[in-house]
Amino acid sequence: MPEGTFCNRTPIQSEKALKRLLEDTGGKTYYQEMKALEVDRDLLWGTIQKTLKSRLRTWLGICAHCGMCADSCFLYRISKRDPRQVPAYKIQSTLGEIVRRKGNVDNAFMHMAMETAWAKCTCCNRCGLYCPHGIDMGVMFGYLRGLLYQQGFVPWELKIGAGMHRVYRAQMDVTDKDFVETFEWMVEEYEEDYPGLTVPVDKQEADILYTVNAREVKHYPEDLAEAAILFHLAGEDWTVPSSGWEQTSLAMFAGDWEACKLQVQSVYGAMERLKPKRMVGTECGHAHRATVVEGPYWAGRPDGRPPVRSIHYVEWLAEALRTGKLRIDPEKRIRVPVTIQDSCNYIRNHGLKEITREIISHIVAPGYFREMSPNREHNYCCGGGGGFNGIGLYRPQRNQALITKRDQLLATGAEMVIAPCHNCWDAIRDLVEEFHVPIKWSFLKPLLIKMVQVPEHLRPENS
Amino acid sequence: MYEFLAGPMFILSLCVFFVGLLVRAIWYVRGLHWQMDRVAYGMYPGPGIKGAARSIGYWLLPFGTYGWRAQPFMTVAFFLLHLGAVLIPLFLLGHTLVLKAATGIALPAMPARIADFLSWAAVIGIAMLALRRIALPEVRILTSAYDYFILLVTAAPFITGLVARYHAGDYAFWLSLHMFFGEVLLILAPFTKLSHIILFFMSRAQIGMDYGIKRGGINGKGMAW
Ligand code: HEM
Ligand code: HEM
Ligand code: SF4
Ligand code: SF4
Ligand code: SF4
Repeated sequence: MPEGTFCNRTPIQSEKALKRLLEDTGGKTYYQEMKALEVDRDLLWGTIQKTLKSRLRTWLGICAHCGMCADSCFLYRISKRDPRQVPAYKIQSTLGEIVRRKGNVDNAFMHMAMETAWAKCTCCNRCGLYCPHGIDMGVMFGYLRGLLYQQGFVPWELKIGAGMHRVYRAQMDVTDKDFVETFEWMVEEYEEDYPGLTVPVDKQEADILYTVNAREVKHYPEDLAEAAILFHLAGEDWTVPSSGWEQTSLAMFAGDWEACKLQVQSVYGAMERLKPKRMVGTECGHAHRATVVEGPYWAGRPDGRPPVRSIHYVEWLAEALRTGKLRIDPEKRIRVPVTIQDSCNYIRNHGLKEITREIISHIVAPGYFREMSPNREHNYCCGGGGGFNGIGLYRPQRNQALITKRDQLLATGAEMVIAPCHNCWDAIRDLVEEFHVPIKWSFLKPLLIKMVQVPEHLRPENS
Repeated sequence: MYEFLAGPMFILSLCVFFVGLLVRAIWYVRGLHWQMDRVAYGMYPGPGIKGAARSIGYWLLPFGTYGWRAQPFMTVAFFLLHLGAVLIPLFLLGHTLVLKAATGIALPAMPARIADFLSWAAVIGIAMLALRRIALPEVRILTSAYDYFILLVTAAPFITGLVARYHAGDYAFWLSLHMFFGEVLLILAPFTKLSHIILFFMSRAQIGMDYGIKRGGINGKGMAW
């Protein structure tokens, strides 16, 4: 059997196909079929010849095999320093080998490569900071994922995730209608506490276009309300698009570049339609990476920027606190030892390290903030990045991977960790459960809601 | 023998070395692709140059980066080898004389004591790097015969040069052997991972531009390498 009915080289294109694949619970049949999936070697080698440019070729060629990258990788450190977890080894034995063999690899090899690409690397890019030649294995694994996806060797959940983006332009089965209705409903819930609270949909030329993570719509609608409240209290002129509101990209984790492009084009489409002054995205790391950092390139924008200036939630929040649009009640600042998780996707990969500290200086009473070690752009991945959190097949490896963050958190002695990233937040929640770590975790928005001062004219009448 | 190695063969190896490395550099730049690499190289020259310069500069500084500081043994080995590997071929008195005779180009020469020191340092550096390869599992798994071959190709001119220098053994023989190995190194450089002599700068400039232009350089102080 060259290709299976579930596991094959064709991306999910329709709702019907998506539902069928979802019905294959846990991907049982899918992974069974993968064992017989043939490698299209001509396609593989053809793709490499077209897309493996000098940057990646040189990286593979000049690697000094010095092993300086070993210690930089958290997965190496928590695997009892298993040499097979050395970043350079992981990439040389997969992508390097495919290139050396000119694409002439078999099914067993592709299985090994798949496990390496998704269970032994979260694309956190930390190793790239520790290589003297500046070789970034995270980038190379991203490329390898693309090759594997094209051949159908991709974890079940990510094939589905990429399919979701293709079908719904969202990482979950949340339609445009669901989004608008949920947002409006959540805002209604809070209207009494915050008179005048609304969610302006499709407003032209607003100051801020707000985009979210579909998970918020489906599982954490409170988050939408909190965003609305904070914009409201800050007196912002904001809006959400009725379509093109999803900022995340499981397609990026899957290596489905075509779906990546479709997804960001929907957001850029909203920007072009509504012409806001700027876009603010929710507290999500990979969503920011996808839409703001990498997305412009998928969409073919030569300036490498989205159509309007786009910022992460922490940038907006820091600005609102700095300019006094939002004021904190000093009495209500955090007064327990607290630390912050620096998300790879916008700290290491978008330089926002000082912005988050600025927020801390406003919301934490002096003396209570604890830095993690290491921190800022040298922070370790939470353990669940790059799609790792969501892959059932690699759950044991993912749980093991949480050890690094667990130990970092314990070493701070903090009672709370602020995690302004959905993925990190999930990973921390899981590590608290898995290892019974006595620590609370939170996004910024719920913390802010508790401590922000409500201006006189925005208070309910009876108070 | 001396005439041949110091004359036509010397010129030939210099040509292969410089033209070869130049071609590799040009290929590298030509093979960069803003959309495939996802870096708008040409659009932001300021942040791009700044990012590239920081990325190269910090890594040329002993203990200048988190990476170097995390691996002191490696750092010492690396700089012991590389100070000699870069300065000796260029500024050793013997070398400047051969170069002048063959091409007319005159480079300043360093004092003999410094040359001796750098040469021994390089040999020690190479020995340390070899030791690391044998001792550390995380380096061993990456190591193949090719890596030892490159270490050997690098060590050979240093060792034979030193033997000749101290007149241990037949001077003419060792000098000829030394010149032969020196030229082997020059000729192999563009075709092996020794091409890093130029590609190190290319690769580091690229990742520096990547961080400077795309991954946040514009947002703050820049990467703390
Ligand atoms: C790039 C590779 C080369 C390296 C690393 C190298 C290294 C050395 C070293 C370590 C010495 C002894 C230095 C001392 O302590 O005084 C030396 C001496 C010398 N080398 Fe090289 N060399 C290289 C290439 C060449 C080439 C290509 C030639 C000529 C064609 C050459 C000609 C000489 C001469 C004439 C001496 C002087 C020997 C003496 O002191 O009597 N070398 N070299
Ligand atoms: C300015 C020029 C150069 C720079 C910036 C440079 C940089 C580097 C870097 C970053 C590495 C990887 C780390 C390591 O393995 O030590 C390396 C390795 C190496 N370099 Fe260079 N290099 C330069 C010139 C040279 C030259 C001229 C030689 C030879 C004469 C040389 C020989 C080597 C060797 C043999 C290794 C591999 C060491 C090992 O096996 O671990 N390099 N170089
Ligand atoms: S640190 Fe860089 S050069 Fe050294 S083994 Fe790792 S990837 Fe290769
Ligand atoms: S990108 Fe991160 S997880 Fe992947 S090899 Fe590098 S350090 Fe390890
Ligand atoms: S989940 Fe967070 S810490 Fe982990 S890779 Fe993504 S951004 Fe980094």
